[in-house]
Amino acid sequence: MNDIHTLLNWLLQTGVAFVSTIAFAIIFHTPRREWLYAGLTGGAGWLLYLIASGMGGGVVFASFFATLALAWLSRVFSFSRKAPVTVFLICGIFPLVPGAGIYYTGYYFFMGSNAQALDKGLETIKIAVAIALGIGIVLSMPQFFFTFKRKKN
Amino acid sequence: MSVSVLELSFLMGETLLENGAEISRVQETMERVADAYHIDSLNIYVLTNAIFATGVENGVEHSAKLKHVPSTSTHLGRICAVNQLSREIVQGLHPVEEAVSILADIRQMPYSPLPLAVFSCAVGSAAFSFLFGGSWFDACVAFFCGIALELYLHYVGKRNMSKFLTNLSASALVTFCGGVLLLLGLGDNMDKIIIGSIIRLVPGVALTTSIRDLFHGDYLSGAIRMLDAILVGGCIAVGVGFVVRVLSMLTGGMLL
Repeated sequence: MNDIHTLLNWLLQTGVAFVSTIAFAIIFHTPRREWLYAGLTGGAGWLLYLIASGMGGGVVFASFFATLALAWLSRVFSFSRKAPVTVFLICGIFPLVPGAGIYYTGYYFFMGSNAQALDKGLETIKIAVAIALGIGIVLSMPQFFFTFKRKKN
Repeated sequence: MSVSVLELSFLMGETLLENGAEISRVQETMERVADAYHIDSLNIYVLTNAIFATGVENGVEHSAKLKHVPSTSTHLGRICAVNQLSREIVQGLHPVEEAVSILADIRQMPYSPLPLAVFSCAVGSAAFSFLFGGSWFDACVAFFCGIALELYLHYVGKRNMSKFLTNLSASALVTFCGGVLLLLGLGDNMDKIIIGSIIRLVPGVALTTSIRDLFHGDYLSGAIRMLDAILVGGCIAVGVGFVVRVLSMLTGGMLL
């Protein structure tokens, strides 16, 4: 029973992430025909984030794991849709970007809780690094460069 | 009408850079276009806010340099369109004049209309507020914060306020909205409402592009954008923290 509840909650959250990614796709003036795919990218990233953190991976690991999936999917869509990777990646990354970390850092900083501010600040940076590694690893996988070089010459 | 291929290639690079493409894409596109029209030679160096290029066309050497203010507006539609155009040029589908006129159209591609942008910012804020653990009530409140935020950004964007001040004031505004609405009894958690609403400001684009540049070996451009991301993130944190502090002082520590 509890499992089903969790699953439904994940499904709902993925749906919300899908919608929110499309909202950001509109804000960044993505062409209409890519909205669905941008949304799918964002939803998949968030689902993976939920699964990874649900298995007790912690925020930083979950961000890394989700970014891997997100970047992989962006590349897949980029090839199949013949659109730049950036389009899917930028829209899909927003659910993972450490907005909460920035908020709590500012909050504790100004409320005078130095230790907590430092703690949250460090966590924010760690999440940013995790995202960086995730994107970096997937985007520098050999096939990517291989395909581009072939086209150029 | 004689149109220089170098100018075309240059303008394409400029369009990409202005609208938030990564360095390697700018460089590759410029080179591919020049190749496709059989330019004698083209040497380019691209930075986040400048393109340096020299090229030889019909035996005449041209050199050009571009500086531009790092633009805050990311327009993914234009990047897509230039990408498509460069692919078609490489396939040999367009003579130079035609490509130039297509590019002119791309550069005029409209931004999303304001009501749509406001609506999507509001929906985005509400959705993120929910995702980060807020209740449905929080999401509804974040929806209104999102409307205020996008209207403010639109108003400020027309007046060329500096990026630093824009982010500082916008995050302060959002926090103020969230705080006041909460004091009026709307919403359950102030932190969830505000986190949802500030996602619109968080430097996701700068972070992503910076990573792409860094991992591609464009260290200087990557570092510039990374610095940008860190500064913007810092501005948001300061804007939020400051207003929370003021509100809690005014209400005698009622907030959280």
